[in-house]
Amino acid sequence: MALLPLGALAEALEGRSVSAQEALAACLARIGELDGKLHAFLRLTGDSARAAAAASDERRAQGRPLSPLDGVPVALKDIFCQEGVETTAGSRILQGYVPPYDATVVARLKSAGAVLIGKLNMDEFAMGSSTENSAFGPTKNPWDPTRTPGGSSGGSAAAVAARLVPGALGTDTGGSIRQPAALCGCVGLKPTYGRVSRYGVIAFASSLDQVGPMAQDVKGVAHLLSAIAGQDARDQTSSARPLDDYASALEAKVSGLTLGVPKEFFGAGLDPEVEAAVRAGIALLEKQGVKLREISLPHAPYAIAAYYVVATAEASSNLARFDGVRFGHRAKTGTLLQMYEQTRAEGFGDEVKRRIMLGTYVLSAGYYDAYYLRAQKVRALIKDDFARAFEEVDAIVSPTTPTAAFPLGEKSADPLAMYLDDVYTVPANLAGLPGISVPCGFTKGGLPAGLQLVGRPFGEATLLSLARAHERQTDWHARLPALG
Amino acid sequence: MAIDAKVVRHVARLARLALTAAEEERFAAQLSSVLGYIAQLEQVDVSRVSPLSFAGDAAAAGAESTLRADEVLPGLPREEALRAAPAHDARAFLVPRIIE
Repeated sequence: MALLPLGALAEALEGRSVSAQEALAACLARIGELDGKLHAFLRLTGDSARAAAAASDERRAQGRPLSPLDGVPVALKDIFCQEGVETTAGSRILQGYVPPYDATVVARLKSAGAVLIGKLNMDEFAMGSSTENSAFGPTKNPWDPTRTPGGSSGGSAAAVAARLVPGALGTDTGGSIRQPAALCGCVGLKPTYGRVSRYGVIAFASSLDQVGPMAQDVKGVAHLLSAIAGQDARDQTSSARPLDDYASALEAKVSGLTLGVPKEFFGAGLDPEVEAAVRAGIALLEKQGVKLREISLPHAPYAIAAYYVVATAEASSNLARFDGVRFGHRAKTGTLLQMYEQTRAEGFGDEVKRRIMLGTYVLSAGYYDAYYLRAQKVRALIKDDFARAFEEVDAIVSPTTPTAAFPLGEKSADPLAMYLDDVYTVPANLAGLPGISVPCGFTKGGLPAGLQLVGRPFGEATLLSLARAHERQTDWHARLPALG
Repeated sequence: MAIDAKVVRHVARLARLALTAAEEERFAAQLSSVLGYIAQLEQVDVSRVSPLSFAGDAAAAGAESTLRADEVLPGLPREEALRAAPAHDARAFLVPRIIE
């Protein structure tokens, strides 16, 4: 039962062939059996989950479910504030921090009846692409425990791929949902900037951060998106645009849609086995009547460079709040200035320090124009490239990552090599566009490959239609890693 | 663009990060490598481009219509706000003395 994908579990709950308490017990048993090998979870909230599951069964018995998700176990990346539950963002500086309120997405999942079962591992403050930057130790890839699950939402991807939980939430600032989804073989959606509230999400780079769902199949992602999306008075960047019906988008025809194939995303650095899997996935869509068109996104190759200026600048400002005064760790030391400097030295890991310093540097007197302002102009050009492409195409298809999962430790000493793993995902963040990664095959070594679709602003429904059309013709998403 | 330990020390002070000498050296090398990569932005002609700082829904970008009604709503109670602080009394966060 723990192996049921989210949509099938929701149907089983609706048909009362499975109870929420049974579904929860199955997840907890599987976590107990397997998570010692994966370290996807930082903590479980079994007691509150059992109470939530019992309440869900009560509602189902009375014929009053709150939503299709009522009774479905869901886990949260540890970046979402949850009232009364320790929330660390993978950082020592927040160890022991218990938020007094729920993030909007957490409150929405609760109102939908979802059973929240625990908090998932992540790169510290979502800075990383391997989950190795967690202060609490790395997560392992379910397909090969000597490899990383990707990151920063690596705990979420590993938990979903190993069927420890049918669905999870992650966040994506430069690829942190799509890249680990690709490396672990699950589906991950980064919505349009503004589609989902960021209130109560520990901030990394506020103009890029977006919350999104991860699940074993496209339907699961659609269910979760329906529950969390929509305007929130507590996030002024959240959009008032009405939501589409994501569940019915799964059944929509895709024939007649045009897919852009950007030549910049199929060049040097792309692993041939990953490319072959992605091209096979594109061919399946073509078989469904999707038209292909080669396009160019000429400024996309500059995306990583622009991103590491914009994202670190915003991070240096956002992370100024961790000063040992109102929450989190405080160093036991002399003056106020020493307290700030020592608290942050003890509380932050190396990658977070690097990014804070890089962001401080690019914003500092004499460098603002050369770095920050220039990067924002390049960002405008990247967004314009996409806008021009979307005059001709309905979505853009590419690999999600240049390679399959890489070995633990391989890139941890070389920050730049790690950054380049996000080369295909970062452009959508800079342009604020929605993107989805779906499993599209395996390498000869048995590692999953991901196909990415990027859509027009608020084009999530089109992405879900295309992703589901692809999934209907494959069983990649149904393969189970041989754990144990 | 290469930066040395002295620049790292200056930036770390601005960012309120205490670093050891060994960390200054290590971060100088790593940040130089990243800045070297970022330097490729200089190849892009941006002479006629306006900077983009917000890629979201323009209608949500500070438009008056997105402001909620000016009503008093309950805020976080003081004891809740103080609960997670490393040092506090019944009324306030406590920090090391800054005025002698």
